[in-house]
Amino acid sequence: MDDAVVVTPGKVPGIPAPLRGLFPLLVALPVLFGLQWALSDAPFATYLLSVMGVNVILAVSLNIVNGMTGQFSIGHAGFMAVGAYVSGVLSLALKEVAISGLPVVLSDQLFFVAALLTGGVAAAVCGFLVGLPSLRLRGDYLAIVTLGFGEIIRVVVQNTEVFGRALGLSGTPQTSSVAMVGFWVFVVVLVSRRIAGSSHGRSLWAIREDEVAAEAMGVDTTGYKVRAFVVSSFFAGVAGALFAHFVPIINPNSFTFVKSMEIVVMVVLGGLGSTSGAILAAVFLTLLPEGMRSAFTAMSEEGSSLAQQVDQIRMPVYGVLLVVLMLSRPQGLFGTRELWDVLPRWMARRRKGQS
Amino acid sequence: MSELIQHLINGIATGTIYALVALGYTMVYGVLKLINFAHGDVMMVGVYMGYATAFALGREARSSLWGVLLIFLVAMAGCALLGLIIERFAYRPLREKPRLTALITAIGISFALSYGFQLDIGFLPGAAPRAFPQIIQPVQWFTLGDPEFPDVVLWNWQVLSLLVAVGMMGGLQFLVYRTRFGRAMRAVSHDHRVAALMGIPTDRVIAVTFMLGSALAAGAGLLYAIKDTSVSPMMGLMVGLKAFVAAVIGGIGNVPGAMVGGLLLGLVEEFVVGYAASTWRDAVAFGFLIIVLLVRPGGLFGRVAAEKV
Amino acid sequence: MRRTAPLLLAVLALLAAGCEKKTRQPAVGEEQKGGAEQPVVREAPGEEDTLLLGEVGSLTGAQATFGVSTRNGIELALEEANAAGGVKGKKLAVRVYDDQGKPEEAAQAVTRLITQDKVLLILGEVASSNSIAMAEKAQPAGVPMITPSSTNVEVTQKGDYIFRVCFTDPFQGYVMAKFAADHLKVKKVAILQDNKSAYSMGLSDVFTEKFQGMGGRITTRESYSQGDTDFRAQLTAIKKTRPEAVYVPGYYSDVGVIARQARELGLMVPLLGGDGWDSEKLFELGGSAIQGSYFSNHYSPDSPEPRVRQFIDRYKKAYGGVPDSMGALGYDAARVAIAALERAESLTGPAIRDAIAQTKDFPGVAGTITLDENRNAVKPAVVLQVEEGKTRFVTTVNP
Repeated sequence: MDDAVVVTPGKVPGIPAPLRGLFPLLVALPVLFGLQWALSDAPFATYLLSVMGVNVILAVSLNIVNGMTGQFSIGHAGFMAVGAYVSGVLSLALKEVAISGLPVVLSDQLFFVAALLTGGVAAAVCGFLVGLPSLRLRGDYLAIVTLGFGEIIRVVVQNTEVFGRALGLSGTPQTSSVAMVGFWVFVVVLVSRRIAGSSHGRSLWAIREDEVAAEAMGVDTTGYKVRAFVVSSFFAGVAGALFAHFVPIINPNSFTFVKSMEIVVMVVLGGLGSTSGAILAAVFLTLLPEGMRSAFTAMSEEGSSLAQQVDQIRMPVYGVLLVVLMLSRPQGLFGTRELWDVLPRWMARRRKGQS
Repeated sequence: MSELIQHLINGIATGTIYALVALGYTMVYGVLKLINFAHGDVMMVGVYMGYATAFALGREARSSLWGVLLIFLVAMAGCALLGLIIERFAYRPLREKPRLTALITAIGISFALSYGFQLDIGFLPGAAPRAFPQIIQPVQWFTLGDPEFPDVVLWNWQVLSLLVAVGMMGGLQFLVYRTRFGRAMRAVSHDHRVAALMGIPTDRVIAVTFMLGSALAAGAGLLYAIKDTSVSPMMGLMVGLKAFVAAVIGGIGNVPGAMVGGLLLGLVEEFVVGYAASTWRDAVAFGFLIIVLLVRPGGLFGRVAAEKV
Repeated sequence: MRRTAPLLLAVLALLAAGCEKKTRQPAVGEEQKGGAEQPVVREAPGEEDTLLLGEVGSLTGAQATFGVSTRNGIELALEEANAAGGVKGKKLAVRVYDDQGKPEEAAQAVTRLITQDKVLLILGEVASSNSIAMAEKAQPAGVPMITPSSTNVEVTQKGDYIFRVCFTDPFQGYVMAKFAADHLKVKKVAILQDNKSAYSMGLSDVFTEKFQGMGGRITTRESYSQGDTDFRAQLTAIKKTRPEAVYVPGYYSDVGVIARQARELGLMVPLLGGDGWDSEKLFELGGSAIQGSYFSNHYSPDSPEPRVRQFIDRYKKAYGGVPDSMGALGYDAARVAIAALERAESLTGPAIRDAIAQTKDFPGVAGTITLDENRNAVKPAVVLQVEEGKTRFVTTVNP
């Protein structure tokens, strides 16, 4: 377990400590803008990358609760919905407004960031409200309460005029971009890795391994659990807000129990507690149906139902996948390790095997 | 005022079904400390088994007494078998693993069943809902009020369903508290390691508990299908969740608690929908759950046990 | 723990293999079925001689029958066009994607159709939320889109590339209100609406407004959620208000059960509904309880007109069963699209758009189609009565 919590900035020696925190950002930003520029003519790739990015944010943030803290939340889509709707309503209200003295593009982006943060904070507040009472309960009760929370959110949205009721919220400015989604992916990964390496993270790991023992060692279990929950739901809210700004219409159908389960599958598949595992699983599971669809479309003749059936078969396959995974490898693909812990060792073994 | 009686009838009818399904949750939780998330979906499979049997029997035979008994028997036996298989291959290997592992497995099974049944392949029924055949010939027992808009209507099958449900609950109560097997079950529930040391075959007790719970779910599912006349692959999910809520409200692991919880939930839902806001139906159950957990974390009849190390 | 990585890859490979197998099995059966029933259209998509259209529909989920019927109607229209020599000497083909009833998937599917498959024109969606999502992507890309059966007003307001071949919710709500007031001569109607569906809520709003305008009274408005199976609480509350009819603008999958439970509770008044009722499944789910109820629809399968009879015969032969209105509208939408492609001066977005906009007095099976300046079809609606295992034409209501 110890080697699972190596902090990335430690790997760049020779840079003064205050700059170390900035270093990843300096690398990430040009890459993101480069990507944005390269994809400006490819709407489909942009859309797919955005969906993937949102899924990564969701999976990594859920991993903070489900993986690191060992709690089991299955209502993540509910927090996503809160973020999406709150930011969507805000953006709609500010649609015709611009900050004077700034180019329109810039002021749009500023409003977008404001909407993202508002969505995230609203979701975090909900996370706090749900978390405070229910995290005092045992794990499986938490599961059911988070699920119930997701349902309640759905019903509330359906009955609220501002949220467009069943038809949904349309007309939100589509100001999201690959760079913005990528930036938040970067932030959530950074936060998640920093938490894992901090004393805060150690407390979370302790709760995960044995709650009673952690409490006996003086860890304020409820406090840490609620904090983990709030951070996690904040990012779910941001993910939802991003989603609302590149999907033309959001309606309650997008935030059902099924969506929550998809995120859970990502986290479990990647390994409960592994950030890079969650990322890889999210990327893999977003591309899988897309890949199968293109493969079948290319292979089969026009009009055959192979490509159309991909989505229908996806859900039962997820279910079987969960069962098989739990039986054969309950810690997920990576366990609590990260890609860079696993990969070198595997390479070394392979070289040995070949010689 | 007299529509109050109609609401009571409706609420009790729904409540008994929640209660029966809740019993399965409670029993399994008692012996395994596992929320069997797939319970509602096992119920759904049972209903489809009953549906297939009813069709195999044909119009005449399925509404005779023997036909109805056969339908119940096939569905309950089939579900017991399904429960046994799930327990043996999915839950037993995980018994000594962290509890979350088993919970994730249960969710996986629930997904595989409810979405698998929506496929249109082979014997699988596909997503569209189907009408459940009338296996009990409906007879109106009495009505109250204006014949054009009667305030209260009572049908024979409503009473029959209630009797069957009460019978099942009574049987279960007897089994758990009055028989040798029930004592073994309670011992396993208390502490399965010690129970094993005392010579109780824990594996077998757990397997039988699972089969009982699943059979009960199938029975409840059939009553549900008779009541609401339609079957669909997603029917198990909501009923399962609400029954779980009922079990928690009554205090999970507590047999009479599950019954009271189920009835209470059925009535609360009925009255909120009938008298207050019909748009909030699905939020009611979960709101009720959160309130109960806040006020009495162990449920109405449960005790909060300090976790031992 | 040291064996992590190889195991990981092995599991991944296994999963991939498992998924692939699972997806293939059903498809084989489907293909055989499809092959036996629909022999035409299956040319390999050569770049030169095929014109590719795109379609997005909900092919999974409880209302999948709507998506499937629409697809069938479209395929039938394309088969006929190809048999008649295609358009401008080229064969037509359609690429279909499933959106699982979710707007983000619909938007993704449309983007895929436009950028990957480079389709000329997009047909689709039944559900209005999804059509709006599609329109938002099709309009800026300059690809014309025709929705066969989205009745929400907002859809065609998304831009000048977006058309529809059916009437809109306000009209359909008006039709039932007028029918209830003039034909049934009832004064008190209760409403039971589906809170989860924008379609149902929209119809219910319009009905309330129009019916009250005609001097009627709405006794109560109760709601349910799609997929519920117990409606007794709402129906008991409705019964208390003693209405002369109940307006249930929902989908057939719920309406059948609602009818049974209404009769069980002694609520014997006729039920009224909209085109969401139109499915063969309604007769099975509703049994004798639904008989005698009325719903507004796009076309009547009883219609004696030769083009309707011909369409029904062909549809029955290809897919079995009487086409519901989604099938008829899918067929109409595809034929309007084909006629426009034929008329268009060139196969570019603006040219096709202009050609579609000129559609006038087009003989569709679900009524004659003339597109107005808002790109909506203006056409009459029919009211049908449910009988044992079929529907009966009652009257036509003109706009």
